[in-house]
Amino acid sequence: MPSATGSGRAEITRDEVRHLADLARIDLDDAELDHLAPQLSVILDSVASISAVAAEDIPPTSHAITLTNVFRTDVVEPSLSAEEALSGAPAQEQQRFEVPRILGDEQ
Amino acid sequence: MSDLINRSAAELADALGNGETSSVEVTRAHLDRIAAVDGAVHAFLHVDADGALEQAAASDARRASGSPASPLDGVPIAVKDVLATRGLPTTCGSKILEGWIPPYDATVVARLKAAGLPILGKTNMDEFAMGSSTEHSAYGPTHNPWDLERIPGGSGGGSAAAVAAFEAPLALGTDTGGSIRQPGAVTGTVGVKPTYGGISRYGLVAMANSLDQVGPVTRSVLDSALLHEIIGGHDARDSTSIDQPLPGLVEAARQGASGDLSGVRVGVIRELAGEGYQAGVQQRFDEAVALLVGAGAEVVEVSCPHFVHALAAYYLIMPSEASSNLARFDAMRYGLRVAPAGVDDPSAEQVMRASREAGFGDEVKRRIIIGTYALSSGYYDAYYGQAQKVRTLISRDFEAAFSSVDVLASPTAPTTAFTIGEKLDDPLAMYLNDVATIPANLAGVPGISVPAGLAPEDGLPVGLQLLAPALADDRLYRVGAAAEALLEQQWGAPLLTQAPALSEGCVA
Amino acid sequence: MTDALIPFDEALERFDPAMGLEVHVELNTATKMFCGCPTEFGAEPNTQTCPTCLGLPGSMPVVNGKAVESAIRIGLALNCDIAEWCRFARKNYFYPDMPKNFQTSQYDEPICFDGWTDVQFEDAAGETQTFRVEIERAHMEEDTGKSLHVGGSTGRIQGADYSLVDYNRAGIPLIEIVTRPIIGAGQNAPLVARAYVAYLRDIILALGVSDARMEQGSMRCDVNLSLAEKGSGALGTRTETKNVNSLRSVERAARYEVTRQAAVLSSGGSVLQETRHWHEDTGVTTSGREKSDADDYRYFPEPDLVPVAPAAAWVEELRATLPEDPRAKRDRLQAEWGFTDLEMRDVVAAGAVPHIEETIAAGTTAQAARKWWLSELARRANEQGVEIGELPITPEQVARIQALVDEGAINDKLARQVFDGVLAGEGSPDEVVAARGLAVVSDDGALGEAVDRAIAANPDVADKIRDGKVAAAGALIGAVMKDMRGQADAGRVRELILEKLS
Repeated sequence: MPSATGSGRAEITRDEVRHLADLARIDLDDAELDHLAPQLSVILDSVASISAVAAEDIPPTSHAITLTNVFRTDVVEPSLSAEEALSGAPAQEQQRFEVPRILGDEQ
Repeated sequence: MSDLINRSAAELADALGNGETSSVEVTRAHLDRIAAVDGAVHAFLHVDADGALEQAAASDARRASGSPASPLDGVPIAVKDVLATRGLPTTCGSKILEGWIPPYDATVVARLKAAGLPILGKTNMDEFAMGSSTEHSAYGPTHNPWDLERIPGGSGGGSAAAVAAFEAPLALGTDTGGSIRQPGAVTGTVGVKPTYGGISRYGLVAMANSLDQVGPVTRSVLDSALLHEIIGGHDARDSTSIDQPLPGLVEAARQGASGDLSGVRVGVIRELAGEGYQAGVQQRFDEAVALLVGAGAEVVEVSCPHFVHALAAYYLIMPSEASSNLARFDAMRYGLRVAPAGVDDPSAEQVMRASREAGFGDEVKRRIIIGTYALSSGYYDAYYGQAQKVRTLISRDFEAAFSSVDVLASPTAPTTAFTIGEKLDDPLAMYLNDVATIPANLAGVPGISVPAGLAPEDGLPVGLQLLAPALADDRLYRVGAAAEALLEQQWGAPLLTQAPALSEGCVA
Repeated sequence: MTDALIPFDEALERFDPAMGLEVHVELNTATKMFCGCPTEFGAEPNTQTCPTCLGLPGSMPVVNGKAVESAIRIGLALNCDIAEWCRFARKNYFYPDMPKNFQTSQYDEPICFDGWTDVQFEDAAGETQTFRVEIERAHMEEDTGKSLHVGGSTGRIQGADYSLVDYNRAGIPLIEIVTRPIIGAGQNAPLVARAYVAYLRDIILALGVSDARMEQGSMRCDVNLSLAEKGSGALGTRTETKNVNSLRSVERAARYEVTRQAAVLSSGGSVLQETRHWHEDTGVTTSGREKSDADDYRYFPEPDLVPVAPAAAWVEELRATLPEDPRAKRDRLQAEWGFTDLEMRDVVAAGAVPHIEETIAAGTTAQAARKWWLSELARRANEQGVEIGELPITPEQVARIQALVDEGAINDKLARQVFDGVLAGEGSPDEVVAARGLAVVSDDGALGEAVDRAIAANPDVADKIRDGKVAAAGALIGAVMKDMRGQADAGRVRELILEKLS
């Protein structure tokens, strides 16, 4: 696995790229793997330095502007019509989105 | 060709107000210009002539009855294709969304419509706003009106080129790491990235939610202020939207146009200069700063030591958020659905994989994979978590700097426009275009790029970037308008008058 | 394939079970977790969706404040700490019924944490036992859409040709309540599991934050269970049995996994870490998806939402709205009403506590209220397959019917006909009595004639009464009531018979 400590080169192997593409649900053929894996290594290597920059006690920033407790009142707003909701559907039947057969378990 | 296309939005608004012209005339003039030059520029992915003229006619009726909907009622505008437009295709420059027509409007689009601005069409962009050159559009690159062989910047190259090529007086862009400002710089136009939360993101197809902002793309600072006031302000549909009134932006731009900067303190960022910055870019930047001094500004050098890590932090946070945002493009509810080759009766999962493979371009795939990696268990702390800490450090750099100066200044982009294809397969070289613009996105502070002149070595536009504290967008307009006025005094006319004429009807 | 099993008691001699219960509760807010779409059950497919809950490009979530309030109230009722600051996070995984391919949930910063509750149950020996279940967390998240599997033989996901998805349910607020490992319950583990889920249902109903119907899926339970060698103190490999949809099934599924895992371990095998499915009909679990390291959900804070930081004053305000603990309340009511343990258990089992409470409040005695709700209404609800509260009759109407009986206007037999009428939508009890002509006849003229006819028709019985065997009057009363089709005032009939035969 790639080094995340900032010292050594962060490299990402072809198999790792394949695994990540799998997690991200993208089919990559061999030619694309050959093409992307070295580029990804270069990119990762350039950003790996980050792990040594900030001290333990630095709080992370997830929002540039600090806001809290932004809530909506529990009041119904108009929904889309079923026709609008389904307007982009690649396939539909019985006012539902038709999708290919689903393998495996519900989560 | 009508002279209407050469006027600023403010001038057009005046002409509409005093009855000199009509919105239908103005809109038709721009549609004609698009028909004439967009074959060469390719700023638009979709032109809505009928819709725009219909909105223009409605605007004329409002003006005739003495009740314009806004100061810009009737002034047409182009919209980046990353913003949802009800009834108009919205592709984000991606094959995966080809033909998708949203059933709803982005809040900013709804505000344009409410303010009476006819929408000319949707502008080209790097796929899902991922890029700095608009070469990553699945529908072909946009060409820089200054030199059709060169890139117009990105990701919002279409919006910047449309404005630079006089195809539209105004456009909307979005800026995640510089996608409004850097195209502004390399096309000689004005682009503003407002304070994060200052303009609603509802309906902006997210690349990196914590960094994205919608903003104006125009040919003058005043026009940006006028547009900013129309699209800005709180929106209950965006939880990150700031629930405070905007400062007076148009007022600040008018004040700045007097050219007096007495009492204004400007900090030049030490880390955004030197190595990597083209000589002519640095020269024009230094000259612009000297003009500010001449106008009474106090200029000092300030250090933002953590800015050197901004690019790395950005290229971890952005792909992480993007990898998750783009998961929804799975061929189930909308967008491209592709069956895998040679598979009988494919499953939903196989169709997802094949559709995402076919529908996303290389740069999108690179970023999804980097983001998936950075968020994976075992790497989160080292990458995403650390990047968020660096974000804190960069915000602190800004805070320290703004404790002693009112605005910060740097070149917008390290180089002028490069040639199409030059960096297409060198992601790192491409990423370096954003080195000066990214810190503002990480900290959420506002920034503007105004034309600073042409680099002597290549005759191409250079941008001056100004940055202000969060919520102080008005300072950008004041100082930006002053810089613009002082520079145009020297040039004798707006920079774009020096751009080569586009031969109408020719295709690049 | 049938699993090898080891009898439960035998399994418990060798192994200690550890359980973890994850319960999802659908809140009854008017709108969804992150958008203003309605949450009503049973709407036409895809009519309750918007850009946000469909996950359309560009859409954004906004938190339903009422859902946060409900989450905090649930947490407080379970003795949890309420986070001073917490966030939503994205749980990334692909599934066609999940519009964004991530679920907006909470990860390492749940809104409620570190709670506990003491559950009571009756062990195999009939003794009442108390067991403390510790709550690890309760957090907010959103539900998914619903798929209809088309083709294949079973309508199930396996073997289907394709699926049809309805996103009306997508985005409905869920609270997931997770226990710490429940250890040390031994052979009572399945009973503890059931008692815990029953208690959760009661407290959630008392809070009024969900209708908590397991059979309709508005409350769903996953049972995690593992076995370890007795006394080892270790934790074994666990299985996660999904969507166990009744209280009885919670107990049975836990029992089944004990017996199945014990057999696997006893034969030298090892338990697979996997999800399993509970089959109500056959009473077994079957293997689902194998859990693996590939389940990498890549959690990170939801950048489109801002942190939730409930002010202490708000939390205290919500604490003041907490209902009486359901068990304490039950004990109090039982004492007030004078019900036996058995009577109270039946009332609770029928879900009739609130209805009886309101009927009593409307002026009826406890025993009369119990009688109508349990004998009459529970039976009808059962026949119709609905909850008792779904019957179209109010506690006030039940109280009015009893008042009519007490006034002598009707008797119990007529009262049943009044129930028929009210439930059939014929109006209020008084309207039904009037419309159906159900009033008891106490007019001496009509009654006297009927009594005469009964005496004439039963001379033997009349003689016995004349001889002083007053108890025989019952037979004549029955004859009169039959003659009068039940609409006679039985007390007056008796008086008339005794007068005439004295």
